[in-house]
Amino acid sequence: MKFLKKTFAITEMEAMKIFHDPTEIFMRAVQPALWLLIFGQVFQRMHPMNGNISYIDFMTPGILAQSVLFISIFYGIAIIWERDLGLTHKFLVTPTPRTALVLGKALSAGLRSVPVMIIVYLLALLLNVKLNRHPLQVMTVLLLVVLGSVLFSTFSLVIACLVKTRERFMGIGQVLTMPLFFASNAIYPIDIMPGWLKTISHINPLTYMIDALRACMLQGQPRTNLWQDLCVLIMVSVALVITGGMLYKRVIS
Amino acid sequence: MGFIIQTVQLSKKFRDFVALDHLDISVEEGEIFSLLGPNGAGKTTAIKLLTTLLTPSSGDAFIDGISIVKHPFKVRSLIGYVPQMLSADGTLTGYENLILFAKLYDIPPKEAKQRVKQSLEFMNLGEFAHKAVKTYSGGMIRRLEIAQSMLHRPKVLFLDEPTTGLDPIGVKTVWQHILELKQQFNTTILLTTHVMEEADKLSNHIAFLSRGKLAAIGTPTSLKATLNKQDVSLEDVFIYYTKESLDSEKGFHDIVTNRKTTSRLG
Repeated sequence: MKFLKKTFAITEMEAMKIFHDPTEIFMRAVQPALWLLIFGQVFQRMHPMNGNISYIDFMTPGILAQSVLFISIFYGIAIIWERDLGLTHKFLVTPTPRTALVLGKALSAGLRSVPVMIIVYLLALLLNVKLNRHPLQVMTVLLLVVLGSVLFSTFSLVIACLVKTRERFMGIGQVLTMPLFFASNAIYPIDIMPGWLKTISHINPLTYMIDALRACMLQGQPRTNLWQDLCVLIMVSVALVITGGMLYKRVIS
Repeated sequence: MGFIIQTVQLSKKFRDFVALDHLDISVEEGEIFSLLGPNGAGKTTAIKLLTTLLTPSSGDAFIDGISIVKHPFKVRSLIGYVPQMLSADGTLTGYENLILFAKLYDIPPKEAKQRVKQSLEFMNLGEFAHKAVKTYSGGMIRRLEIAQSMLHRPKVLFLDEPTTGLDPIGVKTVWQHILELKQQFNTTILLTTHVMEEADKLSNHIAFLSRGKLAAIGTPTSLKATLNKQDVSLEDVFIYYTKESLDSEKGFHDIVTNRKTTSRLG
């Protein structure tokens, strides 16, 4: 109980910050809009998908996942900032489990992803994507978005604790984002990938997130892997939060 | 007599560098204890060890009888800490900053609200409670930090150079508040400082550190008496006990000379 209370205290603080200055939320809407309205529209004309799904339908869940990834992957820099501000030291002298500090931050990444989810849904409506509007499915998408944010933001925090400086962190962040995105099923199916890329995509958590999103967001998609996807995402997240909790202190040394 | 802080052969090594070398100090409940010494003498390391931010390489320390090595989690609820740099979340208001920490210190919500209001008043920040901290002055941020570190009524408060970088009025207000805290809550305060006047005015006991070792310890008066001269200032005592390291490291010497000049002019 105490653990959850403290976790939510951290998340609430971050929510307050968004509330004080919500401009960043709107800026984040630009990227998915560009992908869906320009990239998607052009690629649609090449009729790249054979079968019963249009390309724009196919890529919508992928672009939602991409937005979540981009919001979360630079999240770790916050801990370096807070370290430089002296805030991390103050958190660490409170009787708060380190994992609560990590999870609290991670959930707030989820909070930042929710407005983007809304924007992607609005764009999808505009583009006549065959959305599954069943409330339960929308809730599952929300859960997946939060789960993905927790996963990638904690991954980012783990890296931040290891590299410790902004400059190195930004470098690594840049190196990671595009490969994670390209080695996933976000904008093309795994079936058409060369063998080596297929292998990589299978160890990429983003692939599992997109697979699950596709099953829940769209009508008439196979849901055979949904539970497997969820299990992978939850297990990786838990492992990362525990690792983050263990490494948290390193950032100040 | 039971001591509220006791270090036993407390040591910290960073690779080859010995930052703190078998430190033995004891602090009585309700007193103000100052750690003095040149830059790099081990003051901040000592505070970081006592606040569980660092783990000792050897030795141990006890806060109210509880080992910092064996029970760091328990120690954390007994102590408050204000780090050297001014630190608070600028985008949040003073009130929000404090509420967050009240939650992290397990203070029940109703009481938290009351205490936060009280401590903001106590630190003369009442009218700024709902302003973003980025609009605060340095002195105000420092007072906010002290308010925050006192929310859970810690037995021991650690202040790492509490007045560095503040203007003279800020310095005087912080001093006044430190003394008031001690009176009102009987909080034991361990502070580090480079301002000799500050140590002289506030402390019951002073320890001089030099290159990680304890060079001298006593009350301000008894330390001055050890020099056997008339009109001795604490600065003279400082130079006397840390001279060895000053001679070998000229950079530090300059710093102290500069500080003497500034304090004389100021």
